[in-house]
Amino acid sequence: MQHAIRAEGLVKRYGETRALDGIDLVVPQGRLLGVLGPNGAGKTTAVRILATLLRPDEGRATVGGFDVVRQAHQVRSLVGLTGQYAAVDEMLTGVENLVMIGRLLGMSRADSRRRAAELLERFALSDAGGRAAKTYSGGMRRRLDLAASLVGRPQVLFLDEPTTGLDPRSRTELWSVVRGLMADGVSVLLTTQYLEEADQLADDIVVFDHGRVIASGTSDELKATTGAQVLEVRPLAPADLDLVSQVVADVIGEAPDLTGGRATVSVHDPAAVPAVVRRLDDLGVVATELALRKSSLDEVFLALTGHRAEEEPVTGGEAAEKEEVPA
Amino acid sequence: MTAMTTTAAPAGPAPAGHVGPLAALRQTMTLAWRSLVQIKHNPWELLDLSIQPIMFLLLFTYVFGGAISGSTGDYLQFALPGLLVQNALFYTLSTAIGLNTDITKGVFDRLRSLPIARTAPLSGRIIADTVKQVWAFALLVGFGMVLGFRVETSVFGLLGALALLVVVALAMSWMSVLIGLKASSPEKVQMIAFSTMMPLTFTSSALVPSRTFPEWLRAWSDINPVTHLADAIRGLLIGGEVATASMVSLLWAAGFAVVFAPLAIRAFRVRV
Repeated sequence: MQHAIRAEGLVKRYGETRALDGIDLVVPQGRLLGVLGPNGAGKTTAVRILATLLRPDEGRATVGGFDVVRQAHQVRSLVGLTGQYAAVDEMLTGVENLVMIGRLLGMSRADSRRRAAELLERFALSDAGGRAAKTYSGGMRRRLDLAASLVGRPQVLFLDEPTTGLDPRSRTELWSVVRGLMADGVSVLLTTQYLEEADQLADDIVVFDHGRVIASGTSDELKATTGAQVLEVRPLAPADLDLVSQVVADVIGEAPDLTGGRATVSVHDPAAVPAVVRRLDDLGVVATELALRKSSLDEVFLALTGHRAEEEPVTGGEAAEKEEVPA
Repeated sequence: MTAMTTTAAPAGPAPAGHVGPLAALRQTMTLAWRSLVQIKHNPWELLDLSIQPIMFLLLFTYVFGGAISGSTGDYLQFALPGLLVQNALFYTLSTAIGLNTDITKGVFDRLRSLPIARTAPLSGRIIADTVKQVWAFALLVGFGMVLGFRVETSVFGLLGALALLVVVALAMSWMSVLIGLKASSPEKVQMIAFSTMMPLTFTSSALVPSRTFPEWLRAWSDINPVTHLADAIRGLLIGGEVATASMVSLLWAAGFAVVFAPLAIRAFRVRV
């Protein structure tokens, strides 16, 4: 099977720091790979290398079978790139932004206009198409930016934190656009620091931390790697919570977390669950909620890296500032 | 958002490995169009381009003119060529500001991710800025004529002055490109522009005859490239010595290009 993107041993140094420290990744054709990691993990550096904007110091990568260094021009004609902050010309209207890209890609004036109208309609920007992009809201700019990266009908799409800084509604809208692209057979590499986003969209996930891949697999596989499931028990009478806590501690051998009126604990042996139920029944404690669920990706991430994904807002702050630079 | 099924290109012919010269030219023109069409949506830029030189023209003619030359009419004849030079030199830095804005806003990266000639973003911008130079020249001369300025040579003198200014501005734009690539923000570019161009033009013979300067300043003014350029433009528009001043101006321009073009190209290669 041909791979849309394949990278082997990518290294990028900035002085002493290794932004990338030997990254391998593969995106099969038509699949979406989620690159998950905190700020500064090297996600953007990897995207910039794969999109031919940056040369790797070591390693090699191909996109659509073309080498990103030696055959950069061919790679560029296959890919679309949407960056962390919307790279649209704020002085131009939505239509002009898209027509410019179409003309640069060698389309005729008429074809460029037709394509621009098509994309604006698709991204619900038709009404705003004649206005300068600087008058757009954050979500509209982001959609225009995504539209700009689709003018040339790319086979491979790089989405570098496409929803960072967006409100929940715009985020969901963008997710449905990405799903639509997937249905069209586009291969996508999406970076994100939102676990939910990777969970929602990605076929496969690689987890970056400090320039290395520290885990990879499907969302379910990753959740299984910690080996644990989570048991949650909520008693009908809140006063029984202490009793529940004792029972759980006895059976599992670990004191549960008691926030939110629930006893929550990770279990490694599913047979412990019936034991807990029997003991509670014997004591006459009624549970309104009793569930055994997989660990969330958030818990997996914490287990893998020792810190949560959405910490270290250092570069995120910079990106947010760039967003707010006035026209 | 309506569904559409045409996004993924079918497996077509293998993409070409390079950009042909004709395609590169078309891409350059598209990017030049992009810089010029901006004026339509940003009237302030148009005002920058038109109001500022006119304001300078009015200010210098009616406030200082009488004191400097005895009459505003005489001063206008003397100063308009100098104002043309001042405006052209200031305007070369708009190349730096535009380029720097593209870099900090991420538009430059978008353009670099497209299969287009690597030089197109640069050449497109320089062509657009040259068009804006010609527009500012026409505007200043036209407005000057309304106020009473007369071209005392010929239409060839006028065209020669325009040509000389454009050539010098193009040479200067290499320095502008370098600043645009290196500066951390458009605001910083503006500061650099102001703090270099302002003293250069005011210590030249562009706006006042240098014979009243103290000796040390006059010595500097005599070697200041702006003096030579202003003298050349003055000669071309109202008569007088042209050959030496033009030659010195062109030599300065060549020197500028020789020093700054390699530096700018190297900085550009690092970015591209």
